[in-house]
Amino acid sequence: MSSLSRDDVAKLAGLARIEMTEAELVELASQFGVILDAVARVQEVNLEGVKATSHPQPIENITRPDVVLPSLSPADALSGAPAQEEQRFRVPQILGEE
Amino acid sequence: MIYQNAAEMAKALASKEISSVELTQAHLDRIDSVDSDVKAFLHVDKEGALAQAAAVDADRAAGKNLSAIAGVPLALKDVLAQRGVPTTAGSKILQGWKPPYDSTVVSKLKDSGVVILGKTNMDEFAMGSSTENSGYGPTFNPWDLTRTPGGSSGGSAAAVSSFEAPLAIGSDTGGSIRQPAALTGIVGVRPTYGAVSRYGLIAYSSSLDQAGPFGRTVLDTALLHEVIAGHDVKDATSINAKMPDVVSAAKNGDVKGLKIGVIKQLQGEGYQAGVLSRFNESLDTLASLGAEIVEVDCPSFDYALAAYYLIAPSECSSNLARFDAMRYGLRTGDSDGASAEAVMAATRDAGFGREVKRRIILGTYALSSGYYDAYYGSAQKIRTLIIQDYAKAFGLADVLVSPTAPTTAYKIGEKVDDPMAMYLGDVATIPVNLAGICGMSLPAGLADEDNLPVGFQIMAPAMQDQRLYQVGAALEAALTSKWGGALITKAPALAGGAR
Repeated sequence: MSSLSRDDVAKLAGLARIEMTEAELVELASQFGVILDAVARVQEVNLEGVKATSHPQPIENITRPDVVLPSLSPADALSGAPAQEEQRFRVPQILGEE
Repeated sequence: MIYQNAAEMAKALASKEISSVELTQAHLDRIDSVDSDVKAFLHVDKEGALAQAAAVDADRAAGKNLSAIAGVPLALKDVLAQRGVPTTAGSKILQGWKPPYDSTVVSKLKDSGVVILGKTNMDEFAMGSSTENSGYGPTFNPWDLTRTPGGSSGGSAAAVSSFEAPLAIGSDTGGSIRQPAALTGIVGVRPTYGAVSRYGLIAYSSSLDQAGPFGRTVLDTALLHEVIAGHDVKDATSINAKMPDVVSAAKNGDVKGLKIGVIKQLQGEGYQAGVLSRFNESLDTLASLGAEIVEVDCPSFDYALAAYYLIAPSECSSNLARFDAMRYGLRTGDSDGASAEAVMAATRDAGFGREVKRRIILGTYALSSGYYDAYYGSAQKIRTLIIQDYAKAFGLADVLVSPTAPTTAYKIGEKVDDPMAMYLGDVATIPVNLAGICGMSLPAGLADEDNLPVGFQIMAPAMQDQRLYQVGAALEAALTSKWGGALITKAPALAGGAR
């Protein structure tokens, strides 16, 4: 039986940048055993020598001619911004206090 | 007139028996009278729809060349961006967001004169199989309002099956078009991966996502499929080739001499008895029409569900990183001195629902160092085996078939606290997505034990979508004549309307 502890889930939530309440952490941890057991079935198959498929199409990089095409106006690009200032996105501080 | 098929509506529009404004208003009235019970729509764009309809009517009066379904109304899954119209993907994190651009699917619909009535409800970011994971409450199945319509495109399926719209767009990452089509007694197609542009389709799992059509008949579904398919430079995975002629195929249903492969792994244990009996009846019908039924073996399909629930959450954990509270969407906790990281984490907690968090955490785990090879890496190799199983099976049969879903529609709330039980509902639809091929669900009748619709799934190789329609149209014609009318006419009346 696979499992994740409350602390494992808390660490993953931190990596995924999701603040979670204690109740959420405990609930998720309790559900993970069943889910991990189910998905761990992929390890039951002999996969030696099998190539991985990341995508259904065998495509490499797709390029296009370097031609300027119409794009969003600054007003459109900023239209959904939670906060803006001088035609720019205003974001919370990224670096800590000096 | 709302009870007609889209093809009949298109004919009446072309001969000017009705106008698109009249037809659109009739559907808006229907939505007004029944959607308080069905809750298929998150947003109804009355003004926009009537303006689009008026524009089509004017074009027609001016003698302009119009598409086959110009002026016919449609319901759009809220996962597709439409300029100036609220687009949430069923999530609180996008509440109130109005995209500054149209997705390619929407551009194509507009160019074809299809009238967009509004945006339909869905499981948040298409993660779910019942539409109960919507941040805005569930949608109810028009056949029985205490049951789910399936999901994640449950709003679109319910809109079509309750005659709120003759056509709808959904998206299918693990069965999210085919399964709700099955549970609501209509037709739904997941086109070949890359046949329909993903530009402006809010991403869940990019290597699996594909938008596609819903209709009440195989032909209606083909008419919509034709409009949305095609190459798009804005989507690097969009296929640059001539698309299969699905409309001709839908008009020329025929299975004489075709080999139809029944997948051994997608029947039997775990499937409801009434689902299996309708499925077997459909097989008998196909045989009586001249098809040869063969059994095919796809052993790695037993691991498809496990592979899917690693690949899709892994891709979603990366895709949903874009919801970071910086450029659009919700932002919470932005008080003086709060760091960007704290704001991001608080916003994602407030904006994402339980299932979305569950999948992001699962994906983060599957991709984390030390576990990557065992989980995500193994899942990718299973994907290769599934593709190989399909290749072998398509060497023995022209199309493959199975029940679309193991059960009929279940009660609202029945599986919402048991994620694994919910995931099992996708067992028959997921292999198509992992292989990038195409699949259709069409009505196979009502299950004896509960009188609810059963779906019959047809699968065809990549870029052979016309085979779905050729076989689907033949089966539909035979079953409809046996039933004495389309299955949907047997749906119970909704309180607000005649049927």
